[in-house]
Amino acid sequence: MNKALHPQLPARVWRFMRRYPVLPGFIITLLVVMGLFASQISPQDPLDSEISDTGAPPVWVSGGSWDHILGADHIGRDLLSRIIHGTRISLMVASVVLTAGMLVGVTLGIVAGYKGGIWDEIIMRLVDMTYAIPFILVALVAAVIFGASIGLVLTLLAIFAWPPFARQTRGLTLQLKHTEYVLSAKISGASTLRIGFRHILPGVINIVVVLATLQVGGLILTESVLSFLGVGIPGPDPAWGSMVSDGRDHIADAWWISMMPGVAIFLTIFAFNFLGDWLRDNFDPRLRQI
Amino acid sequence: MGRFLLTRMISMVIVMIGISIIVFTLSRMSGDPRLLYMTPGTRFSQEVWDARGRDLGLDKPKVMQYLIWAGNAVRGDFGDSVWHKRNSLDVIVERAPATLMLSGISVVVAVLSGVGLGIASAVTRGSIADLVTRAFALVGQAAPPFFLALVLIYVFAVGFDILPTSRRGDWTHFVLPVTTLSWLASASIARITRSSLLEVLDTEYVKLARAKGVGRTKVIFKHALKNALIAPLTVSAILFASFMTGTVVVETVFAWPGLGRLAVQATLQNDFPLVTGLAVIFAAIFVLSNLVADLLYAYIDPRIRIH
Repeated sequence: MNKALHPQLPARVWRFMRRYPVLPGFIITLLVVMGLFASQISPQDPLDSEISDTGAPPVWVSGGSWDHILGADHIGRDLLSRIIHGTRISLMVASVVLTAGMLVGVTLGIVAGYKGGIWDEIIMRLVDMTYAIPFILVALVAAVIFGASIGLVLTLLAIFAWPPFARQTRGLTLQLKHTEYVLSAKISGASTLRIGFRHILPGVINIVVVLATLQVGGLILTESVLSFLGVGIPGPDPAWGSMVSDGRDHIADAWWISMMPGVAIFLTIFAFNFLGDWLRDNFDPRLRQI
Repeated sequence: MGRFLLTRMISMVIVMIGISIIVFTLSRMSGDPRLLYMTPGTRFSQEVWDARGRDLGLDKPKVMQYLIWAGNAVRGDFGDSVWHKRNSLDVIVERAPATLMLSGISVVVAVLSGVGLGIASAVTRGSIADLVTRAFALVGQAAPPFFLALVLIYVFAVGFDILPTSRRGDWTHFVLPVTTLSWLASASIARITRSSLLEVLDTEYVKLARAKGVGRTKVIFKHALKNALIAPLTVSAILFASFMTGTVVVETVFAWPGLGRLAVQATLQNDFPLVTGLAVIFAAIFVLSNLVADLLYAYIDPRIRIH
């Protein structure tokens, strides 16, 4: 038998893993399951602190036990349970912000591209301006005034999430505007609203989905930075960023308090970036420069 | 070039006005500014309250209030810091050198290491340099800066005990903060350098130089590199802007006594005038470095000026 045509099983598995995002897909599935069924899966209450377990090491480190598989934090809360519940927060933030950013960005992008003129000018200047504002500083100012809350995090992230969608959608709309089918729709008397929804939107949706996937990593990262600085999700809710911050002063004697949630953030962003890259390369090579 | 400069300057001014309106609106939403300076629970007469209002211009219409506030801000007066009990700008100026030094050194490190790695990985495709660049980029994109910093601290300060973790001091104090800050930028500069050098190495004039017998090293450094460095150098002009905001996280982790840490402390202490002052100054630096980057780009690559 020809070896090249019928490779052995390990080689086939390896080839499959290289062609499809198996590992990222697995991580993301795991995250979604953890986020949806956090209360059912997590072994303990994420807010329940047991003073006697303060700084208990993970199970594979000497002194660790199966009570706290990934160890316990500086006030004796189970790290695994907190990470599982933290998944829910991260995914919730990413999906809410992306939905809002996508709705606003795509709508404005189509309006700017299709209407042109003064609309285009105003919307695109707004996009430029949003890019020119240092996000973290605005977040700090807002946190002083309104106090850190999950609503504030969602609002801030959404304000800064729509411009990429608007920019890409506008560019594509400019191209689609002059295609035969849009022109014929216009001649046959379709309203602007109908053209936008029925004829242009389907043409941009591919890029929007790819862009959204590529944005997830950045959003989760930004949320974790805010939580780390103490202006994101307020405690005692288990946001990954604030969990890393909790362990900062214990890095020498209990590294796991910071490292476990840090690794969770890393793997999550890694998985979404990889999936986004793969989607982009396979569904829309035009986007390769972003 | 003159017209290009003018339009960029005008849009810069518009952005700054926009930012100042946002900050002013937010500041008025935080409640009566008089309350910031009154110790809670103290009693004072209506006259004192009104006089304080007149001092701060609160009896005038909102538009006038904004203009007064903006006028003061332009002259560097953001009001007294509630926590430090003196002019916010003085506090900011005092802390600025630490941050400027940290981000300045980081820019130099990021550009040098990025360009070096980029050249190495372009010249020897698929080699170790290539692999290192990819690994750097992969980690830098997925690891939040605070986590990267803590891992570095754990390895080099706790594990090997060879580098200090916090505060300023001799050069060793710079190693970990600078590494954290320049990590991702270095990787992206390396990638840009690599692709643009590969592109230039494929052009006719480089092939001609090779064909007439110029050595490989000389072609790369004398002929190709000059054109290949346009892209990475323009990118590095924007770095300074992104590093200034990057310092907020890095300074917090490494207890670096600069502006970024000051901003976080002021936030947690509810020191409103100081936070607004910092926000406006950061925004100005941010917008200004973007302008410099644009100008540099237009200067190096004349095609940009036409658009």
